[in-house]
Amino acid sequence: MSRAALVWTRRRRALAGYARAFAGNRGGMAGLAVLALIGLAALTAPLFVDDAALSHTGAEGGRFQPPGLDHPLGTDAFGRSVLDLVVWGARISLTVGFLAAFASVALGTLIGVVAGHYGGWPGNVLMRVTDWFAVLPALVMAVALAAVMSRSTLTIIIAIGVTAWPTTARVVRAQTLAVEARPFIERARALGGGHAHVMLRHVLPNVMPVVLAQTTLLVAEAILMEATLAFLGLGDAGTISWGGIIEEARNAGAVSSGIWWYMIPPGVAIAVVALSFTMCGRALEGVLNPRQRERP
Amino acid sequence: MDTPSGAGRPAAGPTARRGRPGLHPAVRYLGGRVLTAVVSLLAVMVTSFFLFRVLPGDPVAALTQGRSVSVDQLEAMRRDFGLDQPLPQQFVDYCLGMMTLDFGMSYQYRVPVSELIAERLGPTLLLAGTGTVIAAVLGLVLGTRSGWRRGSLMDRVDTGIALTLWSVPSFWLGLLLIVLLASGAGLFPTSGMSSPGVEGTFAVALDVAHHMVLPVATMVAVVYAQYMMIMRSSVLDEMGADYLTTARAKGLRDAVVLRRHAVPNALLPTVTLIFLNLGRVVSGVILIETVFAWPGLGSLFYSGLRVPDLPIVQALFVVFAGSVIIMNLLADLVYPLLDPRVRT
Repeated sequence: MSRAALVWTRRRRALAGYARAFAGNRGGMAGLAVLALIGLAALTAPLFVDDAALSHTGAEGGRFQPPGLDHPLGTDAFGRSVLDLVVWGARISLTVGFLAAFASVALGTLIGVVAGHYGGWPGNVLMRVTDWFAVLPALVMAVALAAVMSRSTLTIIIAIGVTAWPTTARVVRAQTLAVEARPFIERARALGGGHAHVMLRHVLPNVMPVVLAQTTLLVAEAILMEATLAFLGLGDAGTISWGGIIEEARNAGAVSSGIWWYMIPPGVAIAVVALSFTMCGRALEGVLNPRQRERP
Repeated sequence: MDTPSGAGRPAAGPTARRGRPGLHPAVRYLGGRVLTAVVSLLAVMVTSFFLFRVLPGDPVAALTQGRSVSVDQLEAMRRDFGLDQPLPQQFVDYCLGMMTLDFGMSYQYRVPVSELIAERLGPTLLLAGTGTVIAAVLGLVLGTRSGWRRGSLMDRVDTGIALTLWSVPSFWLGLLLIVLLASGAGLFPTSGMSSPGVEGTFAVALDVAHHMVLPVATMVAVVYAQYMMIMRSSVLDEMGADYLTTARAKGLRDAVVLRRHAVPNALLPTVTLIFLNLGRVVSGVILIETVFAWPGLGSLFYSGLRVPDLPIVQALFVVFAGSVIIMNLLADLVYPLLDPRVRT
């Protein structure tokens, strides 16, 4: 068997082991199932929700209709079905959650691996910068960035990405240091492997599991942050997102007049998705980090 | 070679063998931490300046958005806010202002920002302080219980509830509580910190407490989960320790082993993390204050954001980030007092 084939067999076997351990975690599996369902709903939303039903003028329902047969979750101030809005909102919330988490994890991984690999003063400087970013209150920073840049979904993604990376950088750096202390790195160096080779071919594959778990946990945080920014009125007014629906409900007086069906569904949606990602992330962490694995 | 700072300390002699002579290690530790904090604080101030000035978007244009203003008026506004000066000059003015706690004039209230902050600081500290104390106690108690009886039904239920509440957006939970308990059942006031026409110290305190119930409940519900999970995992870390086996072998009851041996050790990392979180809590109350119209720094920030009132937003950015830095510094300074192992 060639060397590459050997490596792949070993990796496949490790992955199968992880998958089995993950499947044994009931919370993680429940989270994954819920996410698959919501992801499917978000992807297929254009098939059963048409644009007219989401516009301020084209919706056919009456103003603030309580839940009934026509509209299972009632209607909003413009006669739009709240169910349609929430399903459509999943698209923006999930997109922002994923992209922001990927952006920050990519940045955090880059900085963590480089800081861990080079060590010395460059590594120290990088970690000092990381520490400093970690000190900045994420919400305030995100709010400030979203306030000074133009109001768009991209701005929100950037704002979350810029504020959320220090945690990943720290975790990845610690993992990098642990990996680099192992003998096979020394072997790779002795055989003439350069910095890039060691970082890309040896360190990166070994920190990926940690990064994956970190990403899953960060998506939950990013979705909550997106909802928060949208609620503070910093989101793109032209899109429908869960936080935005809650803000509209509040501005429409849903709180004082008790129009609960306008407010409750988007909040429940945020909580369910964030909880599912957290459950998946915790399950992944438990599987990939033996120290945290549930002891009998 | 002799530095005067260590000379007056009797303890400096034997402990100062390593490192630079004359400087007590504690002084060096302290100095290093303070220096780091000062550098961070300066960096925050610089960031705050450039973030709101250099990034695209003209504050004056944003301020007058949607209103018709003449070119003269725009020029006058620029001059008022010092925006006609060259950038380096603006920066120097800004730094000098920060040193004397002069954050400039608020665009919308037309009063010095420092006055506004001084006025709003008390309510925020009251809300954040009460919420943190309750959340920390609740988190520590539940976390200890969960960790000690890991895997039990109680552990799973407690952890499940905590994670669910942690996933709920705080602003939504606040709105929900208002709908259910304030505007619905009429049990609590919907907003603000006090009712008009209440006289007498005791009556006022009671009135404020009544107004605080819902905001504090919201904050505790969203925040306690992280304290609980940290305490749970640090109790778990101590579970396998030999000294616990020893304590049990001595014949101590389970409850005593937990209270006298496991908890004090597990508390250490948790208390540090609670300290590290304190600064974050201050900025976290932004949402809760906004929802409950609590007259604190958070709602001031929100109102500054709506206009946008740059001096307010800029100053509060420094205040919020600064509070995190100062709390981190405090955590660093308190930690050696709590943990003898780190003491040198």
